[in-house]
Amino acid sequence: MSSDVRFTDFKSDKQPTWCPGCGDFGTMNGIMKALANSGNDPDNTFVVAGIGCSGKIGTYMHSYAIHGVHGRSLPVAAGVKLANPNLTVVAAGGDGDGYSIGAGHFIHAVRRNVDMAYTVMDNRIYGLTKGQASPTSREDFETSTTPEGPQQPPVNPLALALAAGGTFIAQSFATDHKRHAEIVQQAIEHDGFGFVNVFSPCVTFNDVDTYDYFRDNLVDLADTDHDPTDYDAATDKILDSSKEYEGVIYKDESSVSYEEKFGVTENMSDIPSGAPDDAMDLVREFY
Amino acid sequence: MPADFNWAIGGEAGDGIDSTGKIFAQALSRAGRHVFTSKDFASRIRGGYTAYKVRTAIDPVQSVVDRLDVLIALTPRTIEENLDELHDGSVIIYDGDRSTMADVEIPEGMVGLDVPLKALAEEAGGAIMRNVVALGAACAVTDFPIENLDSALKKRFGGKGEAIVENNKEAARAGLEYVHEEFDHEFDYDLDTTDNDYVLLNGDQAIGMGAIAAGCRFYAGYPITPATNVMEYLTGRIERYGGHVVQAEDELAAINLALGAARAGARSMTATSGPGIDLMTETFGLVATSETPLVIVDVMRSGPSTGMPTKQEQGDLNMMLYGGHGEVPRFVVAPTSIDECFWKTVEAFNFAEKYQVPVYVAADLAMAVTEQTFPPEAFDMDEVEIDRGKVVDDDSIDEWLDDKGRFQPHAITDDGVSPRAFPGTDQGAHMSTGLEHDELGRRTEDTEMRVEQVDKRDRKVETAKNDEDLSPREFGNPDSDKLVISWGSNEGAMVEAIEFLEEDGVDVRFLSVPYIFPRPDLSDDIEAADEVIVVECNATGQFANVIEHDTLTRVKRINKYNGVRYKADELAERIKTTLESEEEVSA
Repeated sequence: MSSDVRFTDFKSDKQPTWCPGCGDFGTMNGIMKALANSGNDPDNTFVVAGIGCSGKIGTYMHSYAIHGVHGRSLPVAAGVKLANPNLTVVAAGGDGDGYSIGAGHFIHAVRRNVDMAYTVMDNRIYGLTKGQASPTSREDFETSTTPEGPQQPPVNPLALALAAGGTFIAQSFATDHKRHAEIVQQAIEHDGFGFVNVFSPCVTFNDVDTYDYFRDNLVDLADTDHDPTDYDAATDKILDSSKEYEGVIYKDESSVSYEEKFGVTENMSDIPSGAPDDAMDLVREFY
Repeated sequence: MPADFNWAIGGEAGDGIDSTGKIFAQALSRAGRHVFTSKDFASRIRGGYTAYKVRTAIDPVQSVVDRLDVLIALTPRTIEENLDELHDGSVIIYDGDRSTMADVEIPEGMVGLDVPLKALAEEAGGAIMRNVVALGAACAVTDFPIENLDSALKKRFGGKGEAIVENNKEAARAGLEYVHEEFDHEFDYDLDTTDNDYVLLNGDQAIGMGAIAAGCRFYAGYPITPATNVMEYLTGRIERYGGHVVQAEDELAAINLALGAARAGARSMTATSGPGIDLMTETFGLVATSETPLVIVDVMRSGPSTGMPTKQEQGDLNMMLYGGHGEVPRFVVAPTSIDECFWKTVEAFNFAEKYQVPVYVAADLAMAVTEQTFPPEAFDMDEVEIDRGKVVDDDSIDEWLDDKGRFQPHAITDDGVSPRAFPGTDQGAHMSTGLEHDELGRRTEDTEMRVEQVDKRDRKVETAKNDEDLSPREFGNPDSDKLVISWGSNEGAMVEAIEFLEEDGVDVRFLSVPYIFPRPDLSDDIEAADEVIVVECNATGQFANVIEHDTLTRVKRINKYNGVRYKADELAERIKTTLESEEEVSA
């Protein structure tokens, strides 16, 4: 990989169809900067996207990529990484993709701790289907399908990740470009599953969790004495519903990735042109 | 005695039936005899009845028959369940000291051997070896040299230490000697040995071995009967070749993990049964439209829903052929025997990569849980060829770049197959998507490109029909005007049924079809025949429907869907009845 890769090299020539002002622009730019700053280039990068507004990200980026089935980006990304650990793998999705239809995979991807980054563009709404409640929507958030609000507490994705044994749990704000890119870069460089929940406001359908709301309520942990390696302190922050935090909230410095645990090191695309040399031994086992 | 010998051990689940049966099968195989095993689960009464059956002969055996010569019965129910198969002169070995067996009645004409299995096992070192005492007794009845049993005991118990092996050998001898000393009876059975070397394996294992041979390096799956053995086989073996097995959280994840690995360039596979295919169908369209090579094994079992999970059925053919919304080509290959499970898996990987398609391997429970002997050369690894199709590298990618230097993973080509660049290839970065896409892989709703991409994908099937040998396997009399067609594991029973039919003066031509899609055109064969029967293990005749559709000809059908595989003698009878009948029959 070359050292002169710029973040714009990760841009495709497709113009995004996101609404002007959408948080996803900032989220994507930050991912591209993080990839370039951590020494990757498009030919060794694999982006896995889900379905929803967020799912379009692979189309607007230039890298190896797959835009998959709704909610299944994490198993795809793990498959890519395990088959070729030399690749840098980033999965990107939204709150519906990750915490609703894909919630089962989220927990197990966190547990599995494959070395990859997962960025969730959390806008607390379903945008592509024109404004229904998402799993992170507020309890009283009125939408076309929830006229009284969902009347269920929102999912706390950070707490889910913590409970599942997460080794890197972070949150960022799409429009806070520098911090967001830094945090995603740390997630990419983390030896294990680097999870970043990105506040990525929907300017069209969410008039509650807006840019202004986040600007007014966001606490950057870099401005505090928070120690992300302190599990108890991280737990307190994650369970504190009175504030929105930005930064790396928890990081397990002793994290060992799945690949390392299982000794998965080879590029599996390299295979011989016939059966392995000693393959008759497999037959003789059945003697 | 007939050329083949049929033996079984039966009891409650948890009685060690499977492992005891496997030891006996192994002993026979190591003695140079051919073996075909089957497992019986409760058929008439609900409960824990289970049996392991072994058919053996000097010549190859590839089916079960309705006859049982020696039965080790640990419960009264074992006898009751097998009354139809037992006959005059059958030997039943049992332990009359066991309270449930004390009053057991041996049916008239059969020979009951009351052997104190538990007591003799205790003398040899522990009651747990009760079944091994019974195996020794079976050796006495069949005049089978007990040294062969020693070898199988060593294989089974060698890991537990020499003392355990020796105790088991002693237990077996105690059973042998007890029969010799206590029963003054000339038994009809005589299990000769040969110097032939055989291996003994089941269909799931053959699929797993085929995958490794074919270069499969990534497997993701979720445990499900009867496909779990594929995963268990690969675990601990695929790693030796740089591969890995992931136990996924569900089948949705399993196929997506496998898809991811395939996108990264690995030969990748998942295996499941019908309920898992239901979930995987969600992702199937993505695999196919992103033109990702993937092998999906469906080891069919009885459905629908949870159905009869430990029973045989070939009910998923329609799902494999047509499952999923929208229209997109897929390949379906169906191994017709246990050795073919190996070869068709190898072929499935080549199809997957040559045509960049998902390939279903349609196996079924009857072959997955059955062990059969083969000479090792049946799995000659030198014969395995790997064809990765149109893969480009850093140099050859140039001819597939557009005028702006962008790689075209879905280039419109004459044969329908586009170039494939593994991630890491310079200039190969590209998008794959379940959305309709242009040649670059980018979303499009352009009306012309839509049609071009659909046609391109469909063209791969035509290419395969032209380039691949999709011939059926042929048996019986090639000139007969009575044609039997089948698929999957019915082949073994049908091949043996041909012999039964010949004895009755009926000759048939038999085509066993391993390629379900794309498939051979059987129009000429069907036209040449006066009568055509399609045999399969389902109620609605899913393959018969396909044949009728292809050839615009009505066929007779033999269907079985009670959960039990065809037996050779039973199938011969049904073919005779069906040939005589005017109407389609099914039962």
